[in-house]
Amino acid sequence: MKYDTIIIGGGLSGLMAGVKLARSGSKVAIISSGQSALHFYSGSFGLLGHAGGKELLHPLEAIGSLPAGHPYSKIGAESIPALADDAKRIFADAGLTFIGDASKNHFRLTPLGLCEPSWLTMDDYATCENPSETGWRKATIINFKGFLDFLPGFLADGLKKHDLPCNYAEITLPAIERLRRNSSEMRAAAIAKVLKGPVLEMLAAEINRAAGDSDVVFMPAVVGIDSEQPVRELRSMVIPKLLCVPVLPMSVCGMRSQIRLRRYFEQLGGTYFLGDNVTRGYMEGPVLKEIETANLSGMSLQADNFILATGSFFSQGLAAEPDRIYEPVLGADVEAPADRSLWCGKSIFDNQPYMQFGVVTDRDFHVMFNGVPAGNVYAVGAILGGSNPIREGSGGGVAILSALQVARNIIAAGRADMSEAQA
Amino acid sequence: MEYQIKNISPNNLEQCIKCTICTVYCPVLAVNPDYPGPKQAGPDGERYRLKNPEFYDAALKYCLNCKRCEVACPSNVKIGDIIQTARIRYDKRPVSLRDRMLASTDFMGKMATSMSFIVNTALRMPLTKSVMDLTLGIDHHRSFPAYSSETFESWMRRKAPDQSRFPRRLSYFHGCFVNYNNPALGRDFVKLMNAIGYGVSLLEKERCCGVAKIANKMVDEARRDARLNIGSIRKAVSQGRPVIATSSTCVFTIRDEYPHLLDVDNADVRDSIQLATAFINRLVDEGRVKLVFRKDYRRRITYHTPCHMQKLGWSIHSVSLLRSIPGITLVPLESSCCGIAGTYGFKKENYAYSQAIGRELFDRIIEAGVDLVATDCETCKMQIEMSTGVKVENPVTILAEALDVEATMKANGVI
Repeated sequence: MKYDTIIIGGGLSGLMAGVKLARSGSKVAIISSGQSALHFYSGSFGLLGHAGGKELLHPLEAIGSLPAGHPYSKIGAESIPALADDAKRIFADAGLTFIGDASKNHFRLTPLGLCEPSWLTMDDYATCENPSETGWRKATIINFKGFLDFLPGFLADGLKKHDLPCNYAEITLPAIERLRRNSSEMRAAAIAKVLKGPVLEMLAAEINRAAGDSDVVFMPAVVGIDSEQPVRELRSMVIPKLLCVPVLPMSVCGMRSQIRLRRYFEQLGGTYFLGDNVTRGYMEGPVLKEIETANLSGMSLQADNFILATGSFFSQGLAAEPDRIYEPVLGADVEAPADRSLWCGKSIFDNQPYMQFGVVTDRDFHVMFNGVPAGNVYAVGAILGGSNPIREGSGGGVAILSALQVARNIIAAGRADMSEAQA
Repeated sequence: MEYQIKNISPNNLEQCIKCTICTVYCPVLAVNPDYPGPKQAGPDGERYRLKNPEFYDAALKYCLNCKRCEVACPSNVKIGDIIQTARIRYDKRPVSLRDRMLASTDFMGKMATSMSFIVNTALRMPLTKSVMDLTLGIDHHRSFPAYSSETFESWMRRKAPDQSRFPRRLSYFHGCFVNYNNPALGRDFVKLMNAIGYGVSLLEKERCCGVAKIANKMVDEARRDARLNIGSIRKAVSQGRPVIATSSTCVFTIRDEYPHLLDVDNADVRDSIQLATAFINRLVDEGRVKLVFRKDYRRRITYHTPCHMQKLGWSIHSVSLLRSIPGITLVPLESSCCGIAGTYGFKKENYAYSQAIGRELFDRIIEAGVDLVATDCETCKMQIEMSTGVKVENPVTILAEALDVEATMKANGVI
């Protein structure tokens, strides 16, 4: 089977690259070894929240001073605003509504009641422009009886620091009581599956009763597994402002993002192979000609371009053995010290060097094999080295913007080829 | 210092990081709170069971063996295999008469086809359905598929056109459903393969692939059948004939469940066991075969991905072939379980869950407003037809119907 581009990895960066390419009319396939890290999504994407030990309000201003190996430096500070706008358009077309803008960070409310700088946050969630002036006067925090993945006490403690008085109310409904029969499986997704149709009306009534004279209600983010519609419905029926707060995974908004982006990709004509693994790649000099997968063994998958979007250690895009760190799919070069003692900081709160390890690429994100950049293999997303997603609050931004940058370059090169051929 | 570098646990048990992604995609957990879910029933429970088999939980019987947990798992843990292996190893309750009857598709098929008229009439009668419901626990909502008066095998032996005149050969694993209930699909397969230059033969001996016996814990019987099938398959392959089936579940069982659940080694022939659409699409893709379709064939169709097809990762083949028929409008359909899972949905205690699992799919199919649903699985066909009223056919039947046989034969140098 022949494609214009094959993307290995079906999470956020793979899907963004896939959608961008498919929008331009390319024939694209995504191969995903299972469901992605989007299922652990907080509801917000960070562009750059912290740099040089400081919290940032204007991330674009700080991007110019990042080290040369940082993915943003490779994209180039001047290209980022346009890519960021493009990302918002793509999300909107996929049916995902975000608030936020690259020019100025807003703040998202964390489950501990803290305010963290963010670039894009899903419309469901609690955010504010300025943590010292949230505009919230009195809050009611609600939780579902028996739901253990949301800790209202922590949230209330954090909110007290913002001088926000909080009530707490526990809600239950017959549909929720049924889930409690299997208490250890009562997670966000299980609740989201029953919160639809008439159950939403019952829930809205309970929330209104519990809210009293509060002007804002915080609830665990457990509504709307494959669309925003149930959140909208619920909001329209609840009198105070209703805002969601992230809970422990699986993240309902993460699943919604995954489902929506994949559906949009497929509507654009893309092919998504779920649950398959790339078993080998055939290189001819610096060019990857074709790959083989476990499910489609014996059948070659050819493409003009390949994008490696397999993620970091968590998604097994990078793998560690006692004496080496490597890229397991294609065997690309990885930048990581051989000395194991340099991989980790001593305390979990120290800077962790392994967070910055990744495959080696040139400035256009061409992947290096034995020091030579491949002509048609790119890396995007968490597999890239040079950034520290946790310290910087940049994971979402790197995944989205590197994917769009590579897709843009592939599209531009294709156009150049075509006009050359025409000439 | 010595390290254990590679994971050495069976079914990748140790690779589970307890992320719970599998539980989100389990069709059973969403409707039945008495099922512990794939994570608990699989890798979590296995840690206990390895210490003491007493920890075996009888609720594992609610697992459909759809393998959607495995498809979702980002860590490649064979969750479904862990659950099914545990059922086989630890569930010591005797197999009921009902389960034996449902699982013995070969035996029941042989009996029923020999007096198909009487059996079909009887099985359609409300009284029979009530009696089976009360005495056996086979849900009265279900209709058994009609039995054919002539098996596919006997048609092949007596009536099929001469197969030796074709330049290439293959063996057909028809499966029980084609043999006893839907021989028309087998005839369509022969028509299609003949048109592209393949002569079709039966295997020397064929028994049920064993999927129903595995699901109903008749493992010794399933293993006996599996060994016999693999023996026949080996013989065909050694004579240069790949073995092709039209049922995604038969193919999945023979390729993957034989070694994983029954300890029947098939490594030497596994690659030669293929699903019809995968086999044909590969030939088309490589430019070795050309299909020519009738100009007057017009249908609005959607393709339903059976769970085992999802696990195989092969729906691309069926979809690509259907898309290549010019007169077909293919409406996309999101993949989800139809709920029947072979014999599972026939059991009275599972019927309500079975229908609840499939509800979403049924609604989407009805909404799609199609003439026909295409799918590679026979029990999905029964379930979707019963629950939506929309006709369901195997892609092979649709291809055979849309095919311009003469033009295809010419294009492939057969005539």
